[in-house]
Amino acid sequence: MNKTKGSIVGINGNMISVVFDDNIIQNEVGYAITGEDRLKSEVIKIQGNIAFMQVFEITKGLKIGDKVEFTGEMLSVQLGPGILGMVYDGLQNPLNELAELHGFFLKRGVILDALDFNKKWEFTPTAKKGDTVTGGSILGHVSEGIFEHKIFVPFDYQGNFTVKSIVDKGSYKVDQVIATVENDKGDKLELMMYFDWPVKIPITNYREKMVPKEPLVTQTRIIDTFFPVARGGTYCIPGPFGAGKTVLQQVTSRFAEADIVIIAACGERAGEVVETLRKFPEITDPRTGKSLMERTIIICNTSSMPVAAREASVYTAATLGEYYRQMGLNVLLLADSTSRWAQAMRELSGRLEEIPGEEAFPAYLESRIAQFYERAGLVELNDGNMGSLTIGGTVSPAGGNFEEPVTQSTLKVVGAFHGLSRDRSNARRYPAIHPLESWSKYKSFNQPKSIDDARKILFKGNEVHQMMLVVGEEGTSVEDYIIYLKSEFLDSVYLQQNSFDSVDGATSPERQKYVFKYVHDVLMTEFSLKEKNEARNFFNKMRQLFIDWNYIDMKDEEFNKQEAVITKLIEENSSDAEGI
Amino acid sequence: MQKVYNKILSVTGNVITVRASDVAYEELAEVTTQRGKSLAQVIKLENDIVSLQVFAGSQGIATNDEIRFLGNPMRVTFSNNMLGRIFNGSGVPRDRGPALTENMIEIAGPSVNPAKRIIPRNMIRTNIPMIDLFNSLVVSQKLPIFSVSGEPYNELLARIALQAEVDMIVLGGIGLKYDQYLYFKNTLEEGGALSRSVFFVHTASDPIVEGLMVPDLCLAVAERFALKGKNVLVLLTDMTNFADALKEIAITMEQVPSNRGYPGDLYSQLAARYEKAVDFDTAGSVTVLAATTMPGDDVTHPVPDNTGYITEGQFYLRNGRIEPFGSLSRLKQQVNDKTRDDHRAIMDGLIQLYAQYNETEEKRAMGFRMSEWDKKLLKYGKLFESNMMDLSVNIALEDALDLGWKILAECFTPEETRMKTDLVKKFWPKEAA
Repeated sequence: MNKTKGSIVGINGNMISVVFDDNIIQNEVGYAITGEDRLKSEVIKIQGNIAFMQVFEITKGLKIGDKVEFTGEMLSVQLGPGILGMVYDGLQNPLNELAELHGFFLKRGVILDALDFNKKWEFTPTAKKGDTVTGGSILGHVSEGIFEHKIFVPFDYQGNFTVKSIVDKGSYKVDQVIATVENDKGDKLELMMYFDWPVKIPITNYREKMVPKEPLVTQTRIIDTFFPVARGGTYCIPGPFGAGKTVLQQVTSRFAEADIVIIAACGERAGEVVETLRKFPEITDPRTGKSLMERTIIICNTSSMPVAAREASVYTAATLGEYYRQMGLNVLLLADSTSRWAQAMRELSGRLEEIPGEEAFPAYLESRIAQFYERAGLVELNDGNMGSLTIGGTVSPAGGNFEEPVTQSTLKVVGAFHGLSRDRSNARRYPAIHPLESWSKYKSFNQPKSIDDARKILFKGNEVHQMMLVVGEEGTSVEDYIIYLKSEFLDSVYLQQNSFDSVDGATSPERQKYVFKYVHDVLMTEFSLKEKNEARNFFNKMRQLFIDWNYIDMKDEEFNKQEAVITKLIEENSSDAEGI
Repeated sequence: MQKVYNKILSVTGNVITVRASDVAYEELAEVTTQRGKSLAQVIKLENDIVSLQVFAGSQGIATNDEIRFLGNPMRVTFSNNMLGRIFNGSGVPRDRGPALTENMIEIAGPSVNPAKRIIPRNMIRTNIPMIDLFNSLVVSQKLPIFSVSGEPYNELLARIALQAEVDMIVLGGIGLKYDQYLYFKNTLEEGGALSRSVFFVHTASDPIVEGLMVPDLCLAVAERFALKGKNVLVLLTDMTNFADALKEIAITMEQVPSNRGYPGDLYSQLAARYEKAVDFDTAGSVTVLAATTMPGDDVTHPVPDNTGYITEGQFYLRNGRIEPFGSLSRLKQQVNDKTRDDHRAIMDGLIQLYAQYNETEEKRAMGFRMSEWDKKLLKYGKLFESNMMDLSVNIALEDALDLGWKILAECFTPEETRMKTDLVKKFWPKEAA
């Protein structure tokens, strides 16, 4: 097939306009050629015989009249075994391999294969000659680290095909033909262990999308108990700079009970990715006993890397997530930060001279954000297994003000909102998720009634606190004061968590249920406390006991001892116990 | 082959357009006017219409003035001969020294592969206790100094430049007042540091567009020296002027503004510069300190706001002191456990007590009665401010730690400080205990 050719007629920042001679496709990839360099670009608008293309590289040195080669393919990623543990840029270029070839800097115009084409994989066929298959059917599997990596018929194959031949069990490279299939029209196709998939098209080879029900445990107490995330659900973390968004994402990426975690570092500091890059290979995943890196994929398009590739990076991450979901795995995608992605759209929209919406974001901002989060979901696959993709995105609102387009558009489409507050982070109350403003539509594994009780205490405690600021401690009744102390108690022993501590940093669901029962007891018990000083001392003591308890391993015998001390203190001061 | 054109189609703001062919994006041109020669850079190409931003400004440009395309993007010389030299925002010498044209390198090169970065590990000592003790500066860190105009941020930068343990200093002035430029020059000269410095200075009286190149020039030179094994400290002052220059060009080019007139790519533009801070595993490093003035002391203004999302912390300069509360070095945890046992404890302890002092001070101002404890706090607060926070305090970290213990001992008993017992045993001043 003859590829369409074009030549550049305009250059404005990272956008070029190109006159082309034949037919092109929206979102088609083309290469702008300048000297030795081939700059990858994507068609984003077509008008007459002019294509507007965003260039995924610096456009310095391009000239009017420079040639553009179109590929006839949409912007795609390679799907196949060998993705886990990789570090990619926004276009799935492997960064470690790039570093080996070109040293310290990201050389312009270098495109490498995302998969290792020399590595051999031990393939076990499960389909047989004569089987009827279609797009998304499973041909067999290889083992990729701790997972059984399914080998699919490419997802875009439509209609039924008959397996004409399939290789025996053995080791093969990803680009070796492992099967041939034929449809009723007589088209014969050769299948390999990998195929390309356009990033902006969701993978829909499943039977049904279900309502997310099961919680996705993050081991962060305030999230799991109060603002839970569901497998296949979506959530967002907006917060001003310095409120701890990234630390929270890092903690989640370590402790979340997902099979696979994809970290999309989108337009943020390179230094933050480096911590993950260097530390994850050395951390053992307690669930598998293997390095944490084996269940992790990092998509890394940091703030100084080309903006257009930043726009693509969240789609790349979502596509990889959907791919592993197709294998019946639970995948968690953490995007940090979606505001940078939205800004990339804004830059582009400005160059296209589109009519701007609020704060110059394009009018389609909201629908793009919705489309992105809609790629999450719990699905029943064609083989009856369940798989899920959960998406959590941070938002970096300008000036920390949530009344801005990206935060507002995101809130409309997500299932949980973890709003970070500057006040809480200034007071060193981490994680700085605001307990009164945040919400979640998903169900926690803790008792809804108890959670509701606790939330009421928080709410009332806040009211008392506000009042105390006006009338002072003296003007507050002992009853109100105790409510305030209870809410502070809940905050410091349960909502706050020390993410740097090996025990307190991650609280299992069992432990959360166990401890929360006691916290709830303290909140609901009427204590025989006559005056404020006594009450304050009592709750200080209680708080200290619980905090110490949080730092003791549940398997440690000290854990039960501490529990006994706490039980005793509650009983002794409960007003029911009076007169005994 | 050089291409010469002499028909200017339009002049808007500092942008001119001309009909020309075979011109590359971001290529440089030389515009010759009756006022002299100026460099200009291609910022947009549309068919054969070329838009150029003219560094010297468009005043006095005639429609038949000569435009000569140079066939290369913005470049800067790189050699050891640069040391001790002062250039302007176009890379032309400002001092009386000879022009340097050897070994020209391109500016604004590609970014560092994240896979090649390493976790920061070395502290830069500045002998300013509010930095060393409380918010340590780390090699490869990028930190802005947020302040309102009028604060002594340039004095602070100059002091850090003199005292920081680095091999080299690159100073970039953007819209720098002339007397401040001379101040930097004289201070570094007297301190004997000029011979290991390179200046790129754009003063407030220079055309605003010329300031746009300064960060890229500085960082390109710094990066090259770092690759040769030098630890380079880059000082940029003031990045708000840089952002304003971006704004001016964006508006001239009729770009849709996003927030208070600033272009939508302000974040990316700032990040492209700040992210040049790096520690090369097998070579030197680039550390970036930048002054960012906050119009109206408003940290939610687009420039400090976007900067805060990019940089690894910030120093707030207020009333001539580095604020202990808003200031933050995100990288300090990487280094302050390797200095002295008591570093972190003193850091936290002194700040907590100072926070309590502030509360007491508020109560006192409102006329509440002062308890014994309040009086101790008041004494402590005053001592802390004068002996530790004052910018003129100039002591090594270890002395600052000792000073911290001394201040504590003058005001409190060991129990009142909530310091760990083993640290008290080791460090509490003997004569006072």
